[in-house]
Amino acid sequence: MSKILKTHPKSVQSHKDLILQCLDDKDESIRLRALDLLYGMVSKKNLMEIVKKLMLHVDKAEGTTYRDELLTKIIDICSQSNYQYITNFEWYISILVELTRLEGTRHGHLIASQMLDVAIRVKAIRAFAVAQMATLLDNAHLLTGNMQRNGICEVSYAAAWICGEFSEHLENPMQTLEAMLRPKVATLPGHIQAVYVQNAAKLFATVLKSQEGNTDSTAAQETSQLMIERLPLFVQSANLEVQERASCILQLVKYIQKLQQKDVEVAEEVSALFAGELNPVAPKAQKKVPVPEGLDLDAWINEPPSESESEDEQPKAIFTKEETKHSRPRHIEVDEKELARRREARKQEQANNPFYIKASPSSQKVYQDTPGVEHIPVVQIDLSVPLKVPGLPMSDQYVKLEEERRQKERAEKKKKEKKKRKEKRSGRGKKHDSGPESEEDITPAHMVDIVTEEMPENALPSDDDDKDPNDPHKALDIDLDKPLADSEKLPVRSHRAVEAAKSPGEDGDAETVATQQPKKKSGKDKRDDKKKDKDKERKKSKDEKKKKKHKHEEKEEDLLRGEVHEPVVQSEGISQVAELPTSTSAEVSDLDFWLSNAPVPSNTQEAATVAAAEAPVAEVVSGAAQDSEPDEPKDTEMEETKSSKHKKKKQKKEKEEKEKKKKKRHHHHHRHSDGGGEESVQNGTVEEEEPLPSMSNYCLLAENSYIKMVYDIQGNLQDGSQVVVSVIFENKCDSFLKSMEFNVLDSLNSKLQRPEGSGPHDGLTVPFQLPPGVSNEARFVFTVQSIVMPQKLKGTLTFIVKNEESSTHEKLDFKLHFTCTSYLITTPCYSDAYAKLLESGDLKGSSLKLEGVNMPFHHLLARICFHHHFSVVERIDSCSSMYSRSIQGHHVCLLVKSSGQTVSIDAKCDEPTMLGNVLDEIKQTFSQC
Amino acid sequence: MIKAILIFNNHGKPRLSKFYEHYSEDTEQQIIRETFHLVSKRDENVCNFLEGGMLIGGSDYKLIYRHYATLYFVFCVDSSESELGILDLIQVFVETLDKCFENVCELDLIFHVDKVHNILAEMVMGGMVLETNMNEIIMQVDAQNKMEKSETFIFQSTRQDR
Repeated sequence: MSKILKTHPKSVQSHKDLILQCLDDKDESIRLRALDLLYGMVSKKNLMEIVKKLMLHVDKAEGTTYRDELLTKIIDICSQSNYQYITNFEWYISILVELTRLEGTRHGHLIASQMLDVAIRVKAIRAFAVAQMATLLDNAHLLTGNMQRNGICEVSYAAAWICGEFSEHLENPMQTLEAMLRPKVATLPGHIQAVYVQNAAKLFATVLKSQEGNTDSTAAQETSQLMIERLPLFVQSANLEVQERASCILQLVKYIQKLQQKDVEVAEEVSALFAGELNPVAPKAQKKVPVPEGLDLDAWINEPPSESESEDEQPKAIFTKEETKHSRPRHIEVDEKELARRREARKQEQANNPFYIKASPSSQKVYQDTPGVEHIPVVQIDLSVPLKVPGLPMSDQYVKLEEERRQKERAEKKKKEKKKRKEKRSGRGKKHDSGPESEEDITPAHMVDIVTEEMPENALPSDDDDKDPNDPHKALDIDLDKPLADSEKLPVRSHRAVEAAKSPGEDGDAETVATQQPKKKSGKDKRDDKKKDKDKERKKSKDEKKKKKHKHEEKEEDLLRGEVHEPVVQSEGISQVAELPTSTSAEVSDLDFWLSNAPVPSNTQEAATVAAAEAPVAEVVSGAAQDSEPDEPKDTEMEETKSSKHKKKKQKKEKEEKEKKKKKRHHHHHRHSDGGGEESVQNGTVEEEEPLPSMSNYCLLAENSYIKMVYDIQGNLQDGSQVVVSVIFENKCDSFLKSMEFNVLDSLNSKLQRPEGSGPHDGLTVPFQLPPGVSNEARFVFTVQSIVMPQKLKGTLTFIVKNEESSTHEKLDFKLHFTCTSYLITTPCYSDAYAKLLESGDLKGSSLKLEGVNMPFHHLLARICFHHHFSVVERIDSCSSMYSRSIQGHHVCLLVKSSGQTVSIDAKCDEPTMLGNVLDEIKQTFSQC
Repeated sequence: MIKAILIFNNHGKPRLSKFYEHYSEDTEQQIIRETFHLVSKRDENVCNFLEGGMLIGGSDYKLIYRHYATLYFVFCVDSSESELGILDLIQVFVETLDKCFENVCELDLIFHVDKVHNILAEMVMGGMVLETNMNEIIMQVDAQNKMEKSETFIFQSTRQDR
């Protein structure tokens, strides 16, 4: 619709009601769209109505962004096309004032500029505007709360300026003057203070004038005294400009006071300081300033310092009242003869002039300091443009039209006046008049305007912008039937009355709107509630699940997942142990004790590896206490120190326990020992003779009537070619076992590390003896070259069984199975890094499908984590990504998805062979359950 | 023209982003964040089209998004694209993903980035929509997968030969 709007505004206007309804929509983008459309739909008739509606929206809009958007839209709508739709500027001013009451808007500047613009350009409104501004100033403390730049306090800038400039309309200038000099003003931003100071001086002039009219000279002197008292505050200001202005004015006032004491009439002179009108400058005015003689625009900029100086100043239109006076006569002197030359110059200038000033009137700063006027490079010249420009050759078609129209208007006895301010560079020493203007100074009964008449022939088409000279305000007062511009069709007052009558209806609307609002809100609340409920439900469901699961989820949610992983497992262990219905409660409590200590310290991977080194000790313990076995290996590995070892050794392991945990942890190799049905009740896997330490997956290595060996293999992170095999030996018989010797037949790929000096076939002596029923752990280091394939090493354990009567030599053969999994090291991985890794594209993929797995997804994950040394990177519902790394730095990534009984595992790894083997192993793990 | 395709989850974590215009990486991240803020605070039942954030070009650009389970699929397009067309394209994209990775989940997007990009490339190229027929897309993707497999097979066999 917005496209249609540009070309056929009428057709869109017929949907006005619909669009206004859209403003109530809860979808923000729809509201914004509707706002855009509104912009084009405004006419003189409905402007007030629409803006009123918008104001209601502003009041209830929640988001500041939306509110700001509304605010700018309101201003845009009102000010579009040079205020052509505004029929009543008093209304507009009051709208602006209302807008200033908005909290936290960022558009204070915009409002301020609108205020200035309107007040300057619409003379009839000045009295009203000034009254409003004076109230604003009185209540300035309300505005100053918001100190952020561009905040609403900008408005006080406009207010001060308007009050000062049009002080003759003030009802009670004295009061306003005091308001401006309140100490609180010092908290305002510097540029606003500067305006305050300056305008206080203007007000002062006015006050003086009025007071000198009276015979009582003490009042005037009191006023001066007030100024002298308050100004020092500004003289101390940190802002240079404030300081400068304040000190100038302070001295001035002191001087005036002196004169007053001598009973000299000073009012006239003082107010003469600020005499003269400030007028808006057309955006293009600068362009029309002829190039001063001797100024070569093509010349390098910096040659004369004065030039660059003037350039700096140009962006601010600088006006000096006094200057104005001086310059006027001067520019009268400028003869029309020059025009031709100037036109030439202008052509050139337009081509070359980089200083194309776009300053809008409101942004002008007023410099009225008298001293040093001569040095101010830019002079504002107040030129009024004649309605008829005699003899001016205008090539621009539009301009002609304009002129014709104006003539007509004249004929109709409309007063119209165009004023134009020209900025000049006085830097050259000469002030030049902008070309075509004639010098009539026109009486002030005129409207706002930006003059276009003097368009040079080569004026750009864009100059059209300038043209719109119609003053809407004029329209207010007078009924015009002007053929040319819509803007001139003006509503008669009756219209306004009608609109007023309509307003109650609107109010009604407003009410309904208002009632809708709470509904919306409640809707939101509901939503929120829902969310919360969901969360709660989630949590509940988690709670309902076993603690394990709960922990797991926490684990997953945790960003530091990887690191936290281990502790979590531990704590699970604890809780489970607690739950275990073991017969030996004493033991359990003992375990609990140990376990409870456990979780605290070990968090990091390093801890794990370090702990691993100490594992043997722990292992013994676990061997003794069967319950603990599954749990403890980890815990103990990590935390317990050797001191604990001795203690534990004493304990014996005996019992089986049910453990769900076990499944997770130990079952990697359970087939050997337990043949582990893991879900249900399980025996303490490790209880058999020799639990072997390693990460925690102990599986049976070999067993006979005397001894049982359980082992686990663990990678060594520090050395990519080493794995540590931890073997737990358990004495099953009643005899003493001693002189145990552990030997392995090396393969090409894997070798047992033997002490120096021993031959490649010598066995290693196990550094301890086993009394009956005792278990202990020994660790053997193997060197591995390639880790992509699993392999088996044959080995033999020889030992002497000694009882009272005899001692026999016994021997037990075993096979060490190095799985690929055992080369993996649980490594935490952040999801970002994980994504990057996968993105790199170096990985080869493979996949695996498991049917008939019926265990909860979190169990499944736990198993993979536990047996295969993976860590969960992310988990979402029944889908999870996992990561692990081999001792030689291969990355292994898994994506595990489960739906019903089917689990699909996608895997990626930079070494396909290894990946295949790992997957096989995973498959095997799950085939056991 | 499609300017960018962003996929992120409910927490604003980007899962896939494809820009068809150049932005610096920082800007891309900011765009994703901004877009997430714009999109995530919208109700389920409001319009699926909205104006783009400032970074991506303001109101000249539209965001067309769809919210599936945990993921937001956001297409940022300029005014020449049809909103409904894009909305449909998102649907096609998601369905294709679902067919290629059974039971698709947001982690698939991470795990199979390459494939997801391939699928996307079948549908959108250089910001222009190429193909909207799901079967066609799947056919192409399958063919590609086959090729890949045969390649790895050859690769493996050569290794074994050695």
